[in-house]
Amino acid sequence: MAQLTFREAIARGIAQEMRRDESVVFLGEDIGAAGGVFKGTVGLLEEFGGVRVRDTPISEQAILGAAMGAAMTGLKPIAEIMFADFFAVCWDIVVNEIAKSRYMTNGQMTFPLVIRSGNGGGLRFGAQHSQSVENWAMMVPGLKVVVPSTPEDVIGLMAASIRDPDPVIFLEAKALYSTKTDVPDGEIVDTLGTAKVLRSGSNATLVALGAMVPKALKAAEELAGQGIDCTVVDVRSLVPLDTQTLLREISATGRLFTVEENPRLCGWGGELSSIVSEEIFYDLDGPIVRITTPHIPLPAADALEDMAIPSVERIVTTVSKSMNS
Amino acid sequence: MTTTTPAVSPMDLDEKLALYRTQLALRFFEQRAYDMFLENLVKGTSHLSLGQEAIAAGVAAAMKPTDWTFATYRGHAHTLARGVPMTPVLAELLGRSNGLMAGKGGSMHLTSVEHGVMGSYAIIGAHLPIACGAAWSAQFRGTDQVAVCFFGDGSTNIGAFHEALNFAAIWKLPVVFVCENNLWMEYTRTTEVTAVENPAADRASAYGLESIMVDGNDADAVYEVAAAAIARARAGEGPSMIEAKTYRHGGHSRADPGKYRPDSEVAEWLAKDPIPRYHTRLLELGATEDQLVEIERDVVREVDLATEEAKAGGVPGEDLLMKDVWADGGSSWRN
Repeated sequence: MAQLTFREAIARGIAQEMRRDESVVFLGEDIGAAGGVFKGTVGLLEEFGGVRVRDTPISEQAILGAAMGAAMTGLKPIAEIMFADFFAVCWDIVVNEIAKSRYMTNGQMTFPLVIRSGNGGGLRFGAQHSQSVENWAMMVPGLKVVVPSTPEDVIGLMAASIRDPDPVIFLEAKALYSTKTDVPDGEIVDTLGTAKVLRSGSNATLVALGAMVPKALKAAEELAGQGIDCTVVDVRSLVPLDTQTLLREISATGRLFTVEENPRLCGWGGELSSIVSEEIFYDLDGPIVRITTPHIPLPAADALEDMAIPSVERIVTTVSKSMNS
Repeated sequence: MTTTTPAVSPMDLDEKLALYRTQLALRFFEQRAYDMFLENLVKGTSHLSLGQEAIAAGVAAAMKPTDWTFATYRGHAHTLARGVPMTPVLAELLGRSNGLMAGKGGSMHLTSVEHGVMGSYAIIGAHLPIACGAAWSAQFRGTDQVAVCFFGDGSTNIGAFHEALNFAAIWKLPVVFVCENNLWMEYTRTTEVTAVENPAADRASAYGLESIMVDGNDADAVYEVAAAAIARARAGEGPSMIEAKTYRHGGHSRADPGKYRPDSEVAEWLAKDPIPRYHTRLLELGATEDQLVEIERDVVREVDLATEEAKAGGVPGEDLLMKDVWADGGSSWRN
């Protein structure tokens, strides 16, 4: 057992899989010699060398195109898109090429690749380096979407993503990079498509993702002080979605609150609400409430950004008001 | 622009007869496909290579079976030239279950991994970086495979083209880019919207690629430059760009009669049709008219048979609809 930061867990997860499988290669901007702009890939170049860990030009289409071509011919590439906002400049390769080609070719091709990216706000970077894009990825048939919230999950879900034969968008909440927790020694391998119940309560279920998970946990503590006993579920994987766990935990309390960093419209909570309405409507004791970033580009100023992204205070107030109305 | 051509052993007459057969097969196949459009048997859209056959045939002749082709939506010829049988290709155009991808891809996405046809891509320029990735994989694994990536002149003004050329150069990848410059983007003349005269070759030399111009209507010339470029790539000497000047006899796609092109230009290029040219050359080299007629008959038989077999194919069933989004064969996104 050792204390590990979220950013250190990224390098450990990648290294674990690169040691195990020679066909795993890693490419991206500043990932090698610089160790990543967020220092998430420190030590990988030194351990695995410049043939397997390759710095690239600022060419996102080339990075993901190369990952796709390598994956279809037997390698297992991990590609980094530095900021998730930059998916917009290479989205064609992601949605038209990588996501569709297995289906279009009637299963002739397989794309065992992982695209990891720094996602979301909280760092005062302004609108073009702060967006949470999990809802972009979730709506594309053919992509798996994974969003860890703890260092241990980073390692385990990274390993599961690399071993998975399908393309995985692996979104790392930038706001969590410096968080630190105990992580067991040895190999860690998790399972995609599994949500995790982090706290069990009887009054309401808070379902959160990525950087919203620690906030939901904190809010649940405060709500407990007000006599509102909350379950907290970490979604972890949007595709595949662990609806069994989610529906069970929502049914058990009869109330659903989603805590989402993505802008409001078409956020993952909207899809979850729809599933809940169709399948367990009569288990609900009150309205589904979505707590999201408003439908705005994220502002840079700390004061403004803090107002935009769901805060512990906003979660507490929203849940409390709704439960007491 | 430089050309350092390694010695390429010239084709003998039998090999040239085979090259003629390939060109005829591409021509007659696409003429049949066009006829079947007019009968409304082929649905959707389609982009024919009529007039450009010498490029697909000449380059394919220079490739090993283990090499990879990356084609565009104008990909029927490139797919057939790698040895994919006509029946599944035609059946794919008809949307039948015996199609190359059981009807799930269609005309613009022909793929046959077992023949090294690693996809036909319908977003302009997207497959250049993908071909780089395959080339990287060959380099990494130490195989001698080469990726050959075909695209049109219109692709040279999109970002992915430039990213891919730089990428191929810095990693010295075993990739050969082949620009089929048919002078017209879709409905606009490429030179009217392009800053340089030779849209692929001029740019490629700026990125340090071996850059070669060739008459794309001369299958022998195409073969020779392709063989040299592929040999360089295979030897670890890095990427090349071949710009092959050619002309499409028809419009951009099925719906386009191509009327924006001056009649005199069309006539000039029809006179340079690669197939009659090659026919004449073979006679000069000692082939007999009877030999060539027999090849033609043989190709017609093949096209006729493919037509019958494709038409006889079934309609794809509902079982295919939800299959193969994921590697487990399914499409489930939840438990």
